[in-house]
Amino acid sequence: MTIFYFVAFLSIFFALMTIFTKNPVHSVLYLVITFATFTVHYILLNAQFLAAVNFIVYMGAIMVLFLFVLMLLNLNKESEPMKSNLVKIMGVIAGMCLIVTFLGAFRLLESNNAMVQGHENIGLVKNLGKVLFSDFLLPFEISSILLLTAMVGAVLLAKKETRVKQHG
Amino acid sequence: MDSLIQNMQGIPLNHYLIFCSIIFAIGVTGVLIRRNVIIIMMSIELMLNSVNLLLAAFSAYRGDASGQVFVFFIMALAAAEVAVGLAIIIMVYRNTKSVDIESLSKLRW
Repeated sequence: MTIFYFVAFLSIFFALMTIFTKNPVHSVLYLVITFATFTVHYILLNAQFLAAVNFIVYMGAIMVLFLFVLMLLNLNKESEPMKSNLVKIMGVIAGMCLIVTFLGAFRLLESNNAMVQGHENIGLVKNLGKVLFSDFLLPFEISSILLLTAMVGAVLLAKKETRVKQHG
Repeated sequence: MDSLIQNMQGIPLNHYLIFCSIIFAIGVTGVLIRRNVIIIMMSIELMLNSVNLLLAAFSAYRGDASGQVFVFFIMALAAAEVAVGLAIIIMVYRNTKSVDIESLSKLRW
């Protein structure tokens, strides 16, 4: 029980460090640590498949993509554009207002102190695969088309247009 | 793993709601206070992840596997979004030599 609160504290701390660090590379690394704590949360919820996917896809693939782009563009602390302090304070206040709104909404709910119980078999690959390939077969196939489209789009967008330069 | 499951029975659903809301609000704050486009996309990832965790918590609470399948789809969507978004950022950087979000303000017209 105390593991959850400790890991939740770590998540919030590293998420705050992510958005308040000036150096973009440090920011990416803090975000990786945040996602690592999220993986621990998934394991605590007994969702092993999601934990593995979160570890591989988010921490492995997506964050490395961010890191590569940051290093490709050669960004560092000096080239980092920063907003003025007034805008920053206003942004923080707006975020706090959002939290307060959420908390007020939760107070109005029925006092929901039901305990979260990790079911033993739900998060396993066997069970999730059965659900995924029976109830969610069509969305699964459509998401594969989405990934293909995104891949083609990303390659087309990031490619240098050499032909235009030759004619110009 | 059994001891972990025993551990989880002490945590009310409300605490998951509050925790995920805080992470979501941190993501919103990050979008508001940063000007670097890449950091703004990272904040969006933070928001997506908080919602993912909440879906997984609801799934464990209800004993229904659909929530975790939803998380799986959201992860696929996030991967596609990041690939296209970073490609757009690289193209913008090539044209304007900066990752400042203000350099995109001419998109208003």
